[in-house]
Amino acid sequence: MTHKHDVIIIGSGLAGLRAALEVGKVADVAVLTKLYPSRSHSGAAQGGIAATLKNVDSDDCVEFHIFDTVKGSDYLGDQDAIENMCNEAPEVVYETEHMGVPYSRTEDGKIHQRKFGGHSLNHGKVAVRRSCYAADYTGHVLLHTFYEQCIKNQVRFYNEFQAMSLLVKDNVCQGFVAWDIINGGLHVFHAKAVMFATGGYGRAFKITSNAHSSTGDGLSLCTRVGLPIEDMEFVQFHPTGLYKQGILVSEGARGEGAYLLNGQNERFMERYAPTLMELAPRDMIARAIQTELLEGRGCGPNKDHVYLDIRHLGEAKITAVIPQIKGLCLDFAAIDPIKEPIPIQPTAHYSMGGIPVTVDGRVIYDAKNSIVEGLYAAGECACVSVHGANRLGTNSLLDAAANGRRTGKAICADVGKLKHSELPDNPMKAAQDEMNRVLGGTGKEKVIRIRHDLRDSMEENCGVFRTSEKLTKQKQILKDLHERFRHIKIDDKAKIFNSDLMEAIELEHMLEFCEVIVEGALNRNESRGGHSRTDFPKRDDDNWLKHTMAWRGEDGKITFDYKPVIIKNYQPMERKY
Amino acid sequence: MERTFKIFRYDPEKNGKPHFQTYKLDCPSGCTVLDALYNIKGELDGTLTYRRSCRSGICGSCGMKINGINCLACKTQVEFLKGKVIYVEPLPGFPILRDLVIDLEPFWEKFEAIKPYLINNSKPPTTERYQSEEDQLKIEEASWCILCNCCTSSCPSFWANKEYLGPAALLKAYRFVFDSRDQGAEERYRMLNTRSGLWRCHTIFNCMDACPQDINITDYISQLKTRIVSERY
Ligand SMILES: Cc1cc2nc3c(=O)[nH]c(=O)nc-3n(C[C@H](O)[C@H](O)[C@H](O)COP(=O)(O)OP(=O)(O)OC[C@H]3O[C@@H](n4cnc5c(N)ncnc54)[C@H](O)[C@@H]3O)c2cc1C
Ligand code: SF4
Ligand code: FES
Repeated sequence: MTHKHDVIIIGSGLAGLRAALEVGKVADVAVLTKLYPSRSHSGAAQGGIAATLKNVDSDDCVEFHIFDTVKGSDYLGDQDAIENMCNEAPEVVYETEHMGVPYSRTEDGKIHQRKFGGHSLNHGKVAVRRSCYAADYTGHVLLHTFYEQCIKNQVRFYNEFQAMSLLVKDNVCQGFVAWDIINGGLHVFHAKAVMFATGGYGRAFKITSNAHSSTGDGLSLCTRVGLPIEDMEFVQFHPTGLYKQGILVSEGARGEGAYLLNGQNERFMERYAPTLMELAPRDMIARAIQTELLEGRGCGPNKDHVYLDIRHLGEAKITAVIPQIKGLCLDFAAIDPIKEPIPIQPTAHYSMGGIPVTVDGRVIYDAKNSIVEGLYAAGECACVSVHGANRLGTNSLLDAAANGRRTGKAICADVGKLKHSELPDNPMKAAQDEMNRVLGGTGKEKVIRIRHDLRDSMEENCGVFRTSEKLTKQKQILKDLHERFRHIKIDDKAKIFNSDLMEAIELEHMLEFCEVIVEGALNRNESRGGHSRTDFPKRDDDNWLKHTMAWRGEDGKITFDYKPVIIKNYQPMERKY
Repeated sequence: MERTFKIFRYDPEKNGKPHFQTYKLDCPSGCTVLDALYNIKGELDGTLTYRRSCRSGICGSCGMKINGINCLACKTQVEFLKGKVIYVEPLPGFPILRDLVIDLEPFWEKFEAIKPYLINNSKPPTTERYQSEEDQLKIEEASWCILCNCCTSSCPSFWANKEYLGPAALLKAYRFVFDSRDQGAEERYRMLNTRSGLWRCHTIFNCMDACPQDINITDYISQLKTRIVSERY
């Protein structure tokens, strides 16, 4: 079956839904998602969304937000895109309030704000309350509100449809093919404009804060049609995942005053970031924790975790401002954080890299910013780049909402000029071949084993600290895993809701873009933000102040090119907190 | 520890009858029912079918009936489940598509029917609309609903009459009617003040027992009833 719309958005998280609301004003728009909209992983975000509303700290200003984001990015963020995002932030957040987001309120009835890592006054002097929040359900209420508005504006949804292959010819996007998960069967989606909003890929790592569905499909859908992906070596490890589970304990806890303690009961951040302490950026805290562990100062019999302590905040405050954290600790770790410290360890959390786009969300196909006609991307799957080498907390809900909106506006501006370009003769071929191959596999390999070997080895060899030796080893492991994937066999051959098939398809996506992560990390001989090479411990601005663009050939060979970083007001400086 | 699971199976393509299939699985401490399903699917039987995503109790995908109680599989620890056998079934009262996967369309229809969005046609200010802390607290807990359908599918009034809006939709109605910024109460009352609306709630409390977010659903529905009565009659 073929469906024709002016614009189709793949992904129903914050970025996709925000764009749909914008595009719906002028064109026929549909959103396609492999889940139901309200189940997108944006809903898991707890802490807040950044904007200089000055509701609590009146000295805050946009310029400080811009500076913090640039510095947080370890100077790899593009300053034009960062300026746009921070300038637009207040308007973007007010709009969400007008749509109905039930933000927590100050005494005078304004949106409440809290502290978050890396956000400061006066260029790093003191932590500032910039994160707008709704208790610790911020992502949840934003996602639900956007979905509600889509219902109000009668956006067309294709729920539980998985995008399978992109149709691009001569740098013009024609549409894509998706699979109806509930009924089986492939459908062609013919559109003037297609937008990716497919989110992150934390599932490629063993310990992760991400959902089972965060498998980064959009990235390999792009590389399979010869498009590049950008800065993939930059993966954010969030410092405070629940021990062994990886489930996130929001930075909101530290924003409200939580301590980090090692096995000797020291607030060890004193050694690493004496000014901002627990509110230093995530990359630094993750490395600090990992260093404490490596040097034998962890907690517990295996000294393999540290503690996040919120006991001194008191029960009343914990229940009022971070209730979800309390519930998560009780339900998933059987810990009552009012009485006991919370065991935590770094957890794979966020993808700074992604599908390269212009500041307006138009997908580009080379380092010269040449545009793929009719193709757009925003949110975690995209690389604008507002986060550079390390994202600050609360800047990603903002990125998804602000750049989802901006990309929606760009689509509105373009759609009048775009047309439905002719579809290829057999548009379903690639998707059909892929399904047949997976369904017809008769080998001995099990998907779950390959998936576990993938995420265990990525954690081990491409985690918080990396070396050339480990990455080279991982490159080989990935080759072997690919080979094993060719010999898989899945049990389920059914048409209706074949999640066995879905998981195999998602695994292959991860195997493909992990090669780009690993080779990008091996290639980048420096340490910057979330990418930390113990064999090249310093940032190297002379050689590496540039974005990586990577192409993955059909044979799995990765080639690189580089794109300059846009620098405006802030020249790179040493990054201290 | 090894545990025995009896899991509801139904495959419409195989024309087979619904039945329970037994699986035995080693479940270490901390293992949730979702972890167990994941391992059964991965290691023992890839045809076992269920929905899941976040695995942290926030997306609402994994509602199912476990040992007779509607709950989230990802939030239910195996070691706290008593009895020799753990029964896992789809949420009741909805058409079953396959195994633990139900047809949610009737659920979303009810949700959409109550106009689940802020209605306020006045021009917004250049900043936020003000709302007092007190007014925000009235809707805060209700806004934490994850639309998991554990409540509606546990409700005897809903089982008896599938036209009934059900607790999840009514809770959403409360969340907007009691939002100091909303002006759509009248429009919603038309939907609520019907035989398959509010008045079909007989305060049975099943919904509250089932709700993984511990939301005081029945209390909010009662407040809606009081509001309608006082404004309408
Ligand atoms: C636990 C947690 C807490 C967080 N807390 C914060 C916070 O406090 N503040 C902050 O700023 N950021 C936070 N983040 C980050 C932030 O939530 C995400 O980066 C952001 O929500 C991503 O939004 P998105 O719209 O890009 O993607 P998502 O919300 O992940 O949505 C992706 C969508 O794509 C769809 N999709 C994917 N692949 C396919 C396919 N092949 N076919 C069809 N559909 C597909 C999915 O169904 C889904 O709808 C947090 C992240 C996590 C994991
Ligand atoms: S009210 Fe509770 S049980 Fe009902 S849908 Fe919402 S979260 Fe689920
Ligand atoms: S998997 Fe999301 S609620 Fe259980």
